[in-house]
Amino acid sequence: MGNKQTIFSAQQLDAYQDCTYFTRKEILRLFSRYRDLAPQLVPLDYTHQPDVKLPYELIGSMPELKDNPFRQRIAEVFSEDGEGNMTLDDFLDMFSVLSEMAPRDLKAYYAFKIYDFNNDDFICKLDLVKTLNKLTRNELTEDEVRMVCEKVMEEADMDNDGRLSLEDFQHVIVRAPEFLSTFHIRI
Amino acid sequence: MELLKEEVEEKKKLITTLRNKPWRMKRRLQQLKEAQAFVEKFEGALGKGKGRKLYAYKVMMAKKLIKFKRDFENFKTACIPWERKIKEVESHFGSSVASYFIFLRWMYGLNLVLFGLMFGLVVMPEVLMGLPYGSIPRKTIPRPLQETAMDLSVLLDFGGFMKYSVLFYGYYNDERTIGVLQFRLPLSYLLVGVGIFGYSLMVVIRMMARNANEGGDGTDEGDFNFSWKMFTSWDYLIGNPETADNKFASITTSFKESIVDEQENQKDENIHLRRFLRVLANFFILCTLGGSGYLIYFVVKRSQEFAEINQDNLSWFEKNEVEFVMSLLGLVCPPLFETIAELEEYHPRIALKWQLGRIFALFLGNLYTFLFALFDEVNAKLENEKSIKNATITAYNEYYSNYSSFYNTTDVPPLDIQPADAIRGPCWETAVGIEFVKLTVSDIQVTYLTILIGDFLRAFLVRFLNYCWCWDLEAGFPSYGEFDISGNVLGLIFNQGMIWMGAFYAPGLVGLNVLRLLSSMYYQCWAVMSCNVPHERVFKASRSNNFYMALLLLVLFLSLLPVVYTIMTLSPSFDCGPFSGREKMYEIVMETIEKDLPAFIGNIFTYATNPGLILPAVLLMVLALYYLNALSKGYQQANLDLKKKMQITRDEEKNRRNNKDSTNQVMKDLDDLLPNRSLIPPPEEEEPPPPVVQKGSKSPKLKPGSAANGRGVKLQKEVSLAAANPRGVVNRPPGPRGGPPGNVRGPQPGPGRGRGRGGPPPMQ
Repeated sequence: MGNKQTIFSAQQLDAYQDCTYFTRKEILRLFSRYRDLAPQLVPLDYTHQPDVKLPYELIGSMPELKDNPFRQRIAEVFSEDGEGNMTLDDFLDMFSVLSEMAPRDLKAYYAFKIYDFNNDDFICKLDLVKTLNKLTRNELTEDEVRMVCEKVMEEADMDNDGRLSLEDFQHVIVRAPEFLSTFHIRI
Repeated sequence: MELLKEEVEEKKKLITTLRNKPWRMKRRLQQLKEAQAFVEKFEGALGKGKGRKLYAYKVMMAKKLIKFKRDFENFKTACIPWERKIKEVESHFGSSVASYFIFLRWMYGLNLVLFGLMFGLVVMPEVLMGLPYGSIPRKTIPRPLQETAMDLSVLLDFGGFMKYSVLFYGYYNDERTIGVLQFRLPLSYLLVGVGIFGYSLMVVIRMMARNANEGGDGTDEGDFNFSWKMFTSWDYLIGNPETADNKFASITTSFKESIVDEQENQKDENIHLRRFLRVLANFFILCTLGGSGYLIYFVVKRSQEFAEINQDNLSWFEKNEVEFVMSLLGLVCPPLFETIAELEEYHPRIALKWQLGRIFALFLGNLYTFLFALFDEVNAKLENEKSIKNATITAYNEYYSNYSSFYNTTDVPPLDIQPADAIRGPCWETAVGIEFVKLTVSDIQVTYLTILIGDFLRAFLVRFLNYCWCWDLEAGFPSYGEFDISGNVLGLIFNQGMIWMGAFYAPGLVGLNVLRLLSSMYYQCWAVMSCNVPHERVFKASRSNNFYMALLLLVLFLSLLPVVYTIMTLSPSFDCGPFSGREKMYEIVMETIEKDLPAFIGNIFTYATNPGLILPAVLLMVLALYYLNALSKGYQQANLDLKKKMQITRDEEKNRRNNKDSTNQVMKDLDDLLPNRSLIPPPEEEEPPPPVVQKGSKSPKLKPGSAANGRGVKLQKEVSLAAANPRGVVNRPPGPRGGPPGNVRGPQPGPGRGRGRGGPPPMQ
């Protein structure tokens, strides 16, 4: 809005505004959050698009993520290398999808990716078991876990192939009343 | 040429929907650059020939408009207050508690606008351009009251100087136009009074429509119980270990409960006992409601009697009895309802709805009893007024006859009385306004006191007495309080209802409410963070969003009724307020039409109010309603049919694959050889156009680990029997959602997929 900042070129900021749901101010604020994680690694001048990646440990220690049982999966899904090490682009992307303004379909797509632990584009029984254990911190018995996973598969698997595809998942999630409000990180 | 234009348009659309695409940021930036370069290059080319300058101008204006819109959006987001505060509350308590604060903030915005309207169009003109204090009887404190006018106790009761100030109806003068600018104050007063309701209605309905979109379709609640629990129960907003612990515990409990529910059959043991208990509980509740209504009526009647006695002989309690009793009822009855409701043994969500409904009935009953009692008072005052009017007229006639007989002239100078000494009628509107203001103030006091004592003092005692108490205060009774979301939201809604009712009689009330909401925000945020603990039992409050809005709408209508009634039927006081001297308040509108507007408009209005015209108009509206209703029913039916169709297709596929599995052994062996043993991906309902496949295979892979693309292509070649669908595996962006530019469906979601928001930037 007229403040002189030298981190990004005006073109870059405009491009970011087109590609995410954030306003100029929010993008700058996100950049300062990113930089605060590792001030010695992240340069102050991004006009030449330096190739800087922050390791997963730093991302996972952010206050917004550190209590989330799925933080590792979130970082892996949104990072380019799939290991959780994020560039600034990945960082912005992640918070843009998780922001309030992202539409349901987009969030459902990424939620599917997050819950797909083995990255095979299907949520199989094993993925469900892992999700459940992360959600309940291993407090349920084996029997209960098995029962729940069977129920979920029964409810959601439309084509009966023993695993959930993206369509199955989306079909279930898009109807969920709380999905938009829970799959949301405010930053 | 046309093709080029189309492509340019597509590129432009791509740019606007870019953020909705589930691509990597790098890819998005690259696409953006390409699309922008393309548009730049060819937009210039399109501008060749005639009209080039005009085209270039249009393009430039479009660009400027986009930039302006973006700046405006930036500015709007920067103006939203308390974002950090709400985020803090959210991370500690989860999204349901934060939703209360978001609601509070929204109410604050609404009240700010109402205040602006009232202040700018009614209060300011009277203060700046009207007659000053003390110049006419209605603006002056009557002489007998002048000594005590500035006493604090009188002021706190909104008597004395407060009563004869801009805050209340009685101060305003009834001159048709005031000041140099000929500002029509009475007309403005009436229009602002009605406009407040109109604006509130518009805003509430707009909010409801927005919420309804996010709700998704309300059916299928039981169908996806476990799936929803698994995938949507974790609240990503939580940023605090204690809350996270609570959340883990509640998720585990909820799973365990659902498992138990699933395992045991629906045994309705002793349904008769349960029914009897429920009827009994409802009977008790009705008794309580009736009792509270009667109590209020009794108290208001008593306050009328008190009004006759000299004010100094009454204790503070007796003077504020009505408000005190009302607030007390609002405090005591809801927990009472909850205890009685334990007899009923409903599922917690249903029990919550009953509880909310009962509290609503309680507040409503109380408010309306209060109003009826008030109306009795108003009628009494109107009677009183008639007698004073007669008295004034007789006094004046007497003076006239005395003067003319004494001085033997017919040219009588007007009676010169000091404004403070003039005989004043009982200004019923101001009295009503004062009642509402007192009610609001006592409501504020009770709320703040409850928080102070119920939350703060309790937390204080629990924390510090724990060191020397026999049992663990923090874990057992009383422990720290939880934030009562529904109670607070209902309180807010009813407070707003009172404001709406009272704003017409007391213009200052809206300003008072703005201050109240502002201080409430800070006070309650502080109280929640320091004295409350997160809920142990987390239940869905999300769909309740529209429930609260619906309540607000109902309260709006109910508070509109008394105001409209008074405008239409009751006659205004003869010596105070902007409508004094007229038969009914709405006559000001007709006066304005006759005197100020050109003649033909008056004719138009006379024709428009002709019953012969109104009846057909009403008939037309009824027909339109009927037509829209039929249309919506038709859409619902079409929706159901499509769903059924989808189900049938899926069943068919299921059967087909099951059959194929058992018969085709060769294919099975081939499948076993594949790396991941994955079967063909389920086919999709719509055929995405060919470009999708190319894009899917060209784009940088999301997961380097998966050889999905290769697998997809391989599968297509080999298993061509079952898979009629020539598309790659899931890694491509889901088809219907903002797919490749060639896809006409663009941002629309597929059938029956719920309402996504693919298209325009969601800030709008």
